[in-house]
Amino acid sequence: MSSNKPHDGPGEGPRYGPRKGFSRRTFIEGVGIGAGAVGALGAADQARAATNEVVGPDPVSITLSINGKTHKLDVEPRVTLIDALRNMLDHTGAKKVCDRATCGACTVIVDGSPVYSCTMLAIEAEGRRIETIEGISSDDAMHPVQVQFVEHDAQQCGFCTPGLVMAGKAIADRNPRPSMADVESGLCGNICRCGTYVGVRKAVYEAARESA
Amino acid sequence: MATKYDWPAAEDRSLIGKRHNRVDGPEKARGDAKYSYDRNLDGMLVARLVTSEVPHGRIIGIDTSAAEKVKGYKGHVNIQNVGDEIQWAGSEILAICADTEEHARDAAAAVNVHFETLPHWVKDEDVKKAGEANRVKPAKDDTKGPDLDEAWKSADATVEGYYGLGIITHCCLEPHGQVVDWTGDEITVYASTQAVARIPADLAKGLSRDESIGTVAAESVHVITPYMGGGFGSKFNIDTWGIACAKLSKKTGKPVKLMLDRDEELKVAGGRPSDYGNIKIGAKKDGTLVAYESETWSTGGIAGRGSPPVPYVYNNEERLAQKARHLNVSTNIGPARAWRAPNHPQAAVLTMCPMEDLAAELDMDPVEFFKKNADLTARPEVYRYEIDKCAEMIGWKDKWHKRGDSGDGPVKRGLGLSLHTWGGRPHDSTCEVRIQPDGGVSVNMASQDLGVGTYTTLSVIAAETFGLQIPDITVNIGSSRLPISGASGGSTTVGGTTASTRRAAVNALDELKSVVAESLGVEADDLAAKDGKIFAKSDTSKSLSWNDACKKLGNRTITGHGKQPDRNGGKLNDSGVGGVQMADVSVDVETGIVSINKIAAVQDVGLVICLEQCESQVYGSLIQGVAWALYEESIYDQTTGTMLNPDMEFYKLPGAADIGELEVHMVQGKYDDRGVIGIGEPPAISPGAAISNAVANAIGVRVPTLPLTPDRVLAALENA
Amino acid sequence: MQNFEYIAPINTLSAAQALSPDAGVTAVLAGGTDLLSLLKQHVETPTRVVSLRNISALRGISKRGGGLRIGAMATVEDLLGSKAAAPYESLLQAARGITAPQVRAMGTVAGDLLQRPRCWYFRNGYGLLAKSEGKALVPSGENRYHAILGNKGPAYFVNASSLAPALISLGATVSVAGPEGEREMSVADLYRIPSSDAERENTLAPNEIVTEINVPSASGWSTATYEVRQRQLLDWPLATASVALRMRGGKVSDARVVLGHVAPIPWRSSEAETALKGKAANESSGVEAGKAAMAAATPLSQNKAKVQLATVAVKRAVGMAG
Repeated sequence: MSSNKPHDGPGEGPRYGPRKGFSRRTFIEGVGIGAGAVGALGAADQARAATNEVVGPDPVSITLSINGKTHKLDVEPRVTLIDALRNMLDHTGAKKVCDRATCGACTVIVDGSPVYSCTMLAIEAEGRRIETIEGISSDDAMHPVQVQFVEHDAQQCGFCTPGLVMAGKAIADRNPRPSMADVESGLCGNICRCGTYVGVRKAVYEAARESA
Repeated sequence: MATKYDWPAAEDRSLIGKRHNRVDGPEKARGDAKYSYDRNLDGMLVARLVTSEVPHGRIIGIDTSAAEKVKGYKGHVNIQNVGDEIQWAGSEILAICADTEEHARDAAAAVNVHFETLPHWVKDEDVKKAGEANRVKPAKDDTKGPDLDEAWKSADATVEGYYGLGIITHCCLEPHGQVVDWTGDEITVYASTQAVARIPADLAKGLSRDESIGTVAAESVHVITPYMGGGFGSKFNIDTWGIACAKLSKKTGKPVKLMLDRDEELKVAGGRPSDYGNIKIGAKKDGTLVAYESETWSTGGIAGRGSPPVPYVYNNEERLAQKARHLNVSTNIGPARAWRAPNHPQAAVLTMCPMEDLAAELDMDPVEFFKKNADLTARPEVYRYEIDKCAEMIGWKDKWHKRGDSGDGPVKRGLGLSLHTWGGRPHDSTCEVRIQPDGGVSVNMASQDLGVGTYTTLSVIAAETFGLQIPDITVNIGSSRLPISGASGGSTTVGGTTASTRRAAVNALDELKSVVAESLGVEADDLAAKDGKIFAKSDTSKSLSWNDACKKLGNRTITGHGKQPDRNGGKLNDSGVGGVQMADVSVDVETGIVSINKIAAVQDVGLVICLEQCESQVYGSLIQGVAWALYEESIYDQTTGTMLNPDMEFYKLPGAADIGELEVHMVQGKYDDRGVIGIGEPPAISPGAAISNAVANAIGVRVPTLPLTPDRVLAALENA
Repeated sequence: MQNFEYIAPINTLSAAQALSPDAGVTAVLAGGTDLLSLLKQHVETPTRVVSLRNISALRGISKRGGGLRIGAMATVEDLLGSKAAAPYESLLQAARGITAPQVRAMGTVAGDLLQRPRCWYFRNGYGLLAKSEGKALVPSGENRYHAILGNKGPAYFVNASSLAPALISLGATVSVAGPEGEREMSVADLYRIPSSDAERENTLAPNEIVTEINVPSASGWSTATYEVRQRQLLDWPLATASVALRMRGGKVSDARVVLGHVAPIPWRSSEAETALKGKAANESSGVEAGKAAMAAATPLSQNKAKVQLATVAVKRAVGMAG
């Protein structure tokens, strides 16, 4: 199953280049891109953008920046970010629940905003800053949102918890003194089935103040 | 008669009944808790189901030739075969596996199943139409209590009405499924289950039915479930997909993961039966309830279902004349599974709503009416106390008004109540508590934590018994190779597991005391364990720290055994509780939109072990109640026979902004002597009836069926 | 999800070329919040996905002339945070109806306009016109969320856009780029009621993309959007009304009323507009306007309540704007 595993650098695992017949699929070659766009794009992305290449459907080599570390992996273009994280990188904190951009269990933070990782292609996450639940605490200390989740018993089965923690962190990152209505708005893209919202609301409200 | 196993007296409890952080909280908050869905084993394959698109038919062909050519395909096993009759859309036909999730989906999509279609029926509310489709069978016709005709004659006021609630589905966030690793004679199953100890025999039996596999011993199956993402009554069995997953693992020689997709989860892995009914209820002028008569019908799939226990709670057979008829509607939808407090939430709606309507007819405050008739219940004193307490919490005296908020503006406010009961008899359980020479303590049993707090309750019991703190205890559950304990269903876990743990811990402590007694030169009976020490009660200067005491064991580890039930094990648990809930809602009568201002809940569970997790169970019940009172329902299309909302967009569940303020009061101190009683089911029963009653109080008319969606509310207003 | 090839061109011309019919079945990927669900459900099965993420010209929100220019790839979050958009009350109110922060961060303004209907028959594979064995499923089926106007068949779904009613009431236009260059049309003209299986619910060719939305100055207009949804947050609207009113001497001199989620297209109601003219803008004139808008409504077997909800949406939007 080597094609399903990340590899750490050149020479490990199969590398997939563009398909044969690549040149016919190249629309505009050698066109420069504006400085603004360069800033927003990763190196691999710039290369791809500059050649306007068609890639896939076979696996494509991409680089993801996750919690400050770069990961190289080969993905079919259809692979979603959640599947890349969970199936290929063993980052299983984010959960796949509705898989349709509704329940928020897959929430990660990309370039500072909470997103549904079930609804972003991994290939589209290239060149962007991805934060997952695995990256927000250290061995010694949890993030204030996580601390408050424990303090307020904001979890039962816990399957929605990582997504709610990340949505909560996104609230705290942006607003050090959210009102309860702000908290409810910021959490509205996440659904819990056991019914933990009483603790979750308090936890995020307190944590935002604490991490301010 | 007091025994050494009894719970410590109130003044001696340092942990029991107090607030504690969930011991598995940090691991869950960090995202480190490994659920079955999170297992990525070396070389693991991914499997998908192929399911039926037709609701009723016969399989006439299964063509896997294209699927077998799909890149990454590794194997498939049939769950049903040519000639088999399919009874619902989503029925499992085969499982297919491949090297990656994407390829498994490709392979599943490439399977062609051909059906001969047969007539189907998926509708239950219109019982006349269902009858015309030959889908209705009488299931019950019971008459109890005083003479019914006489009772009706004695009634000064009667109410006849139609009430009901639709089908809902469990929608566990971690879907049903498992990873199976079949290596040699050892079958390791990471299953999302409520029944760690039951799955080995269940799987072995399922596999042994396959002649090509032969007899599989339950002992060769090892189930590992440290965490599971929600069950609510739907995850007791290995299911077809678990057996298929194991077969795929054997066939391919690799570990295989098969977790249901969301649509499969909603179509076939959950389902709480509906209930609809015409109810007639009557009382005397002074409010004394005299008669209850019901004709109800419901569906739980092709096999129908049992009948709801109506009249509910108010069911004294000597004083209340009662007649209950029930009709079973057979439908081609996924089969019902147990849902928190099976049949009780429906029974509460079918009883508490007509009762509230009757109170209005009598021009009585429902609080007075429900209290007045408390003698018709099994625990009058409990309910009277709880009604008063709950009324105080919700501000009933100040806020309640007669039917129909007469205030200005489109938003009307109202209050409603309901009450409930549940048994919660403890399940059988065995436990081993180990004390190591290094002072380490572990609690070991094949139980599971569904998110209710089992890790925490067992830590509290052991720590309390040994005079230690919660972090001093290691709880090992979630493995079938540990001492057998029951499945977690029916509010049976906390009573069963705390009793076996208490007994095992007391037995282990006795052994430790006998070792320590010798070295301190005192009688073992004179020793007590408290505050991290073991000391002589007669002379507290004779004392050893816990760790020093354990060092006296040398190389020996103490293993204390405990079980439930245990005739000589003291009075540690009981069954049978009561609870009361009151809702305060607002209804926009122009849009029919109902919103929750507040719900208050008072609950008796005997002796509370972990107050905070107990409250969390009640909060969760109220929130799930808001869901089925206002939002969620499984919607089936008769023409195609398919469920139209097997997703989380139109299968609507509340968000953090939809639940209002929730206030929970656990009755502590009053009934502690009864011992521990389960909490999972009782508070899940009343929310729908309480909310429906509050809406009726707000808008002045009954909205007959739940969920109370805008169209239903507006229709009720228009029909008034 | 069927596998596909992927390309992320850096300008609109190459995007249009990449969408060439020669490339097979194509799909445009913007924020992805709708497209990925459609792909997973096999409702759409493109062999090529063309991503717009590298086209920087499609981003940004800014003042242009007296009006507002919204890049097609501007997100809902961008819109809500834009100072330039602040004068467009009804548009911001509509955008606030898209509640989930995750959708606001990913979903684009153009993506909202072009998202496909939420009709559950469509999403479950019965086609845009919701048929099984040639029989229309909606009229005798589960139609509580379906159309009450423009529903004579064969289409019964409702337009799903949150922003279109506001944009239409504000007189907005869209720029559309194709292989032959750009064209401009009103937002209203983006939509049509399909009359056969061969038609989609929008008027774009498969190789055209929306590049920007232009909203004229709202100066002199009082605008408001009212959305009826069951859950407080995170819910599809049951009915929406966006109104733009021009007042003279305390009376409505000009009015635009557009309803959402009631018809296969955003539904402009000239009846409601006529009813408002010459009246004060308040809830009582709003009720009259709502009733006028619903006079021609033809509810299906289960969705009579939507007539009431749409009436209330108009009433409340007029009250807010007044």
